[in-house]
Amino acid sequence: MNRDRSSRRLPVILSMIVGLMLTMMPLPEAAASFRPDWLALLVIFWAMQLPRTWSVGTAWIIGIVVDASQGTLLGQHALALCVIAFVTVRMHLLMRVFPLPQLTATVFPLLALYQFLLFWINGVAGIHAPAVVYWGPVISGTLLWPLVMMFLSGVRYRTRSGG
Amino acid sequence: MVASRENSNNPGRIPALGLRMLGLVFISILLMYFDNRDNHLDSVRSSIGAAVYPLRVIVDAPVRFWGWLGESTSSRNDLELELNRLKAERLLTNARLQKLNALEAENARLRAMLDARAQVRDQVRVAEIMSVDANPYDHSLVIDIGTLDGVFDGQALVDANGVVGQVIKAGLMTSQAMLISDTDHALPVEVNRNGLRTIVVGTGEIDRLGLPFIVNNADIQAGDLLVTSGLGGAFPAGYPVAIVDSVTRIPQEPYADVTATPAASLGQVREVMLVFSAPTASPEVADDE
Repeated sequence: MNRDRSSRRLPVILSMIVGLMLTMMPLPEAAASFRPDWLALLVIFWAMQLPRTWSVGTAWIIGIVVDASQGTLLGQHALALCVIAFVTVRMHLLMRVFPLPQLTATVFPLLALYQFLLFWINGVAGIHAPAVVYWGPVISGTLLWPLVMMFLSGVRYRTRSGG
Repeated sequence: MVASRENSNNPGRIPALGLRMLGLVFISILLMYFDNRDNHLDSVRSSIGAAVYPLRVIVDAPVRFWGWLGESTSSRNDLELELNRLKAERLLTNARLQKLNALEAENARLRAMLDARAQVRDQVRVAEIMSVDANPYDHSLVIDIGTLDGVFDGQALVDANGVVGQVIKAGLMTSQAMLISDTDHALPVEVNRNGLRTIVVGTGEIDRLGLPFIVNNADIQAGDLLVTSGLGGAFPAGYPVAIVDSVTRIPQEPYADVTATPAASLGQVREVMLVFSAPTASPEVADDE
């Protein structure tokens, strides 16, 4: 009945580690711009399902790890992930009852907001990149959301993970 | 008590969520400000990087395994062919090296006569490029050695054909390097034929470099080899950088439109050499860059 807290959190942490590996995975030059934001998708999912345990704080820590490992500005991904986690937690009751197509339509603006924040910070810091670097992940992430959602829901149901 | 009752009445509400977010956003902005301004946060970055190191190794492993598999299953015939080719190549290189030794001795004598500083042979160390994608906003790569092996920020990376880039973030066991094709990269060079000094900048395309500061009447032509000049202090002098492909002189403009192809094959390097050498210019000059 009273299972260890850490074992219930394991699926979430494992999914984040896998997400980080997918973020670092080499892709061919043409596909690299369309690499989905795995971690943004994961943060949206877990913040929606378990907003009390996995919200802005966790999202921020994950963002710092991404920044350190990718060599982007320290705090850039942290800020963007933290903001989308906040929006998701605010809307989580609504998002839970959405049917999948409507939920996917909600994820699109969230991912766009995420990329906009990254773009904005890059602009202030004077880093310029072609537009496809920002739009590619939004499109691929939205298309992949139903798969990610179904997979993680399955994992969650099976392990009854949470906090 | 009151607060907790309110929360239990409204299960959708998370206490102080907005405040927490604002606090974290504020911390992020402070971090970015200091990270962009100077390198105070390098120790934080490298310690988190060290924690991510196992993940990098795991991500890199399949590609490495594939390469190993290919090597260990190639046929005896292929190996013999390659061995013969390498033997021939070695003979050629040795022959050239003999001449080089004589030239080096002569060069040292001449330099001594001119009272110029003797050129030191550079120490190099081979590093492998990890199959890990880094920062999507620039042209960079990750190499498998770090400060534990003496890598430092600003260190030059070359391959067998020419300059590849320089280290921008030296971590403990892995480091990140910027390619010379990055738009933020500039490199002082000279034309090997006549010593004309200029600057090569990255264009964001992996196979093209730009030379924006060539005046219209400068003596430069397609096919000229550009080598590092050693000015600026970051790169040792004399390494090939690029070959000029086109020079378009525009009469109304002060500068000609010159493009060059990198000598190193930036898109397909697997191993690079890190150059350890005493900088040719004073360190203060290097800091100004």
